[in-house]
Amino acid sequence: MPRASTEESGIERQIMLPWRQSLLMSKQNIFVRLGRAVITASGIFLGIAFLSSVLTSSAILSGQGELPPELQARNAWLVVMSLLVATLGIVNSMLMSVTERYKEIGTMKCLGALDTFIVRLFLIESAMLGLIGAALGALVGSGVICLVYLVGKGPAAFRHVGQAVIGGGLQLPLTLSLVLAVLLGGLLAILAAIYPAWRAAKMPPAAALRSEI
Amino acid sequence: MATAGVKEYIVRTKDLTKEFILGGTVLRALDSVQLDIRRGEYISIMGPSGSGKSTLFNMIGGLDKPTQGSVFIDETDMAQLDAFELAWLRCRKIGYIFQTFNLIPVMTALENVTLPMIFAGTPTDDAMSKGMKLLQKVGLGDRYHHKPSELSGGQQQRVAIARALANDPGIILADEPTGNLDLKTGKEIITLLKQMNTEQGVTIISATHDLKMIDVSDRVVWIRDGRIERIEERSEIQLRVGEMEGEPV
Repeated sequence: MPRASTEESGIERQIMLPWRQSLLMSKQNIFVRLGRAVITASGIFLGIAFLSSVLTSSAILSGQGELPPELQARNAWLVVMSLLVATLGIVNSMLMSVTERYKEIGTMKCLGALDTFIVRLFLIESAMLGLIGAALGALVGSGVICLVYLVGKGPAAFRHVGQAVIGGGLQLPLTLSLVLAVLLGGLLAILAAIYPAWRAAKMPPAAALRSEI
Repeated sequence: MATAGVKEYIVRTKDLTKEFILGGTVLRALDSVQLDIRRGEYISIMGPSGSGKSTLFNMIGGLDKPTQGSVFIDETDMAQLDAFELAWLRCRKIGYIFQTFNLIPVMTALENVTLPMIFAGTPTDDAMSKGMKLLQKVGLGDRYHHKPSELSGGQQQRVAIARALANDPGIILADEPTGNLDLKTGKEIITLLKQMNTEQGVTIISATHDLKMIDVSDRVVWIRDGRIERIEERSEIQLRVGEMEGEPV
């Protein structure tokens, strides 16, 4: 019977990585490899900054009168573009940061890590980076546009701030749209990390350990 | 040696074969290897590079799947284990030591040693105190908060040995443990491994081409072209150690 040997030790058969520990490890990974983390986060930062600037300027413009339909269409196009930029940026940097850690992943598996631990660590890490990058991006993107209008038109530009135009007739209050943009950044970061993290976790440890980068 | 009632062999391989496909041709790295390893033994797998000893190491450690044949750890066929059981086995039954040390670079020495215990579900405080004890045992008690990059090669390998012992495994698998170390440090690591072997009774399986290893081994398995060429017992080895010890110390 194959299981007999594992029970003789009398210790409960378990393999675990508590959530608190996962959070600590992911945080440590971000802070120790800060340069790497900044590059990953800047992918999402740029995308969300772009998106927020589009949202903010549409809100300021629509406060001064209804946006003409062709401008609305252009706005929707810009929103889509900014999301694509953000997604590609983060997929690329997540792929890089997982690939350069193959050896570490192999080692963790030798020490008894389950595939799900590896995936979880990478997802937490990228969610943290995504949310931080997106929050900064929303602040900076929105702030820069506000500054541009302030310089160009003076405080009068903010007398009537309308709703952010998403496109397809959908309008949202500006603050809500910015909060959603930040959450979206976090979500995109997680989605982009799933594939590389899962692929890395599935590798046989021997193959992961052999990789030299 | 084995106490009464405990199975004599901790590792057995049966017809173990591993093939790699390289550029369309099949390369047979291991060819029907039969090897029985006794509990508490210090065994060295010797052979030139490319002889298949690292492949054998990976098979015994459950790090790769054989093309044919099977590996039994404590009479458990590793091919029968699911992913969870395999992780459990790697975590609690086997400690791994590598030529390149393979410590987690972002973690301190102590965190590296406690990681396998965390996976095994040991409470943090217990893991910490045991980690410190293990680091003291390998002579690094005062360096517990250092990162691997702040430690010398020999020190990193000591941390790796402490980490390998974290969950009191029955087996320590070492792949060229002295390969990246100078002569003196390599000797120290070998002495430390032998000490763990005699004090704790842990079975040590070491793939190596370091002849210094022969001196402490109970048995030496010579491997060539994926086959076992010969197996020498301690008594036969002893006669020849003098000849091998040509290196200046």
